[in-house]
Amino acid sequence: MTAAQAPRQAMGRKIVNAIASLGMLYLFAPIVVIVLFSFNQPKGKFNIVWQGFTLDNWRRPFAVPELTDALLVSLKVAFFSTLIATILGTMIALALSRYKFRGNGAINLFLVLPLTSPEVVLGSSLATLFISRGVDFGYVTVVIAHVMFQVSFVAVTLRARIRGFDWTLEQAAMDLGASPQRAFWRITFPLILPGITAAALLSFALSIDDFIITFFNAGSLVTFPLQIFGASRVAIPPQINVLATMLLLGSVLLMVGGVILESRKQRKTLAVTKTRK
Amino acid sequence: MTGVTSHRQRTVRRPELVGLGVLATVGVGLIAIAAEWITGVGATVIAIFLLAALVSVVWTAFVGGLDARRALAPYGLLKPGMLWLCLFFIAPLWSMLEMSLSSKKSRFDFLPSFTWEWGNFQKALTDFAPQFGRSFGYAAAATLLTLAIGYPIAYVIAFRGGRFRSLLLGLVAVPFFTSYLIRTIAWQSLLSDRGPIVGTIDKLGLNAPLEWLHIMNNGRLMNTPAAVIGGLTYNFLPFMILPIYVSLEKVDVKLVDAAMDLYSTVSQAFRRVVFPMSLPGVFAGSLLVFIPAAGDFVNAQFLGSPETTMIGNSIQNQFLVQLNYPLASAMSLVLMAVITASVLVYARFMGTEDIA
Repeated sequence: MTAAQAPRQAMGRKIVNAIASLGMLYLFAPIVVIVLFSFNQPKGKFNIVWQGFTLDNWRRPFAVPELTDALLVSLKVAFFSTLIATILGTMIALALSRYKFRGNGAINLFLVLPLTSPEVVLGSSLATLFISRGVDFGYVTVVIAHVMFQVSFVAVTLRARIRGFDWTLEQAAMDLGASPQRAFWRITFPLILPGITAAALLSFALSIDDFIITFFNAGSLVTFPLQIFGASRVAIPPQINVLATMLLLGSVLLMVGGVILESRKQRKTLAVTKTRK
Repeated sequence: MTGVTSHRQRTVRRPELVGLGVLATVGVGLIAIAAEWITGVGATVIAIFLLAALVSVVWTAFVGGLDARRALAPYGLLKPGMLWLCLFFIAPLWSMLEMSLSSKKSRFDFLPSFTWEWGNFQKALTDFAPQFGRSFGYAAAATLLTLAIGYPIAYVIAFRGGRFRSLLLGLVAVPFFTSYLIRTIAWQSLLSDRGPIVGTIDKLGLNAPLEWLHIMNNGRLMNTPAAVIGGLTYNFLPFMILPIYVSLEKVDVKLVDAAMDLYSTVSQAFRRVVFPMSLPGVFAGSLLVFIPAAGDFVNAQFLGSPETTMIGNSIQNQFLVQLNYPLASAMSLVLMAVITASVLVYARFMGTEDIA
């Protein structure tokens, strides 16, 4: 490195850091607005312009019954769709990472397709199927739609998580006389459970947040995003921000809890391996 | 014992072919029934046949012993999920294709019937050409912007994050935990005429250059193409950062040291060593941004104006408001075809075939 290069390099470094910090600011500006506006005292029906600080909205977070009902609908849908998708997706991920088999590549491609198709296409095509077969829109169609994109998501993320899994552990258990079922449930399952939980939580979030696909397949069912969309032309009450902030805090706490749990577990296994040495 | 096993293995010669064959047959069969290629008695016959195929696999696993069971296991695990996708992802695409070639006999006919009506496609391509143009233009602009903003973020986290790496990465994911719609509505507050951004621009006297760049329109940021592109960029930025980070994380710092030892400058080392190694991430990220952005209608709805509608808005309007399912289906198919074609061309250009 020549002396002339050093200052230029320091400049370049600073510029990259500056762009990255501005980018993070861009990423967080709306989040700050959401949290801040949950304390706003809006004049009129639209909580868009800052008027003044109040704790009223937080004192009555469930003051808008339609919004609360919609949130409950979303939670119910997300619970069932995540349950189904996690079971189906985990089975697929296990098949893809545990076994070498014919058709592996085709199935990989097939799995990625729903994730790389635009949501309008997924939503409108599923709705076309339901309409032309005379299926009534409602809870069932929404859960079916959500499972459709969640299955792929769970399978792909879980497969990435368990890529380096040591399958000889299962073999060892069977050598010690465990049946294949017992070996799976006692050895493999507990080890991949954190991965399954993480994939399930993320797909739960996807389900609660999904708007476009749900919009096409909900009929008269109103989920949380649909309620916000429908109401947004008439009114944007601050309770939207309060509930969104609650959801945000809840998921961040879950995430932080997960990270702490995992690092504690890692430390434990590290300690075990160290004592063995 | 060995004699028995070898005899049993002879009865089922290629269990994995049986497994794959049955998976494919049942999948296609289900699509056929759902898409009504076959109806009535035919459908019942097919259903019975599919049931028989499933029974035969179980039977194969039973008589085939451990080896056959092991060969069949992956197909058994795949089956429920794959069949779900066949029924609710592939069959819908088929029925959309059918719908796009259908027409309504009268205005009050609720369900259109199949008539090889190619006019829907013609109408989609001529009447909605501006919307298609805007969709792909805005999506391309958003992809370039997410790359320009997301790459430095991923780079800084990967190489300068130190012990804050996972914290920073977690922060990038935080926007995912608030609703997409609410985030977009928050941009309405930020960009509104009395909002902080317009206020700052006024104070700094930047109106004229921004008007000249067509970012502002008559002193407003809201309802401009720039607002829609900005919203798209914002909403899909994490999809660009995360894959680039994953590929940068794998870059060995020693390689950069080696390049520097061979008298490369920092920028040369970046261009010749680091950047090429991060290309898979850039590729994956661009697809993850471009595809949803091209089909999005939320940003155009909340941040745009009638002059900035994208194809997603039109599909939504034709499908849910006008109830013109054939036209909406034709538009969806054109969107999907253009996206698939551009992904293939892009994959060729980038030299990476696997998308996953």
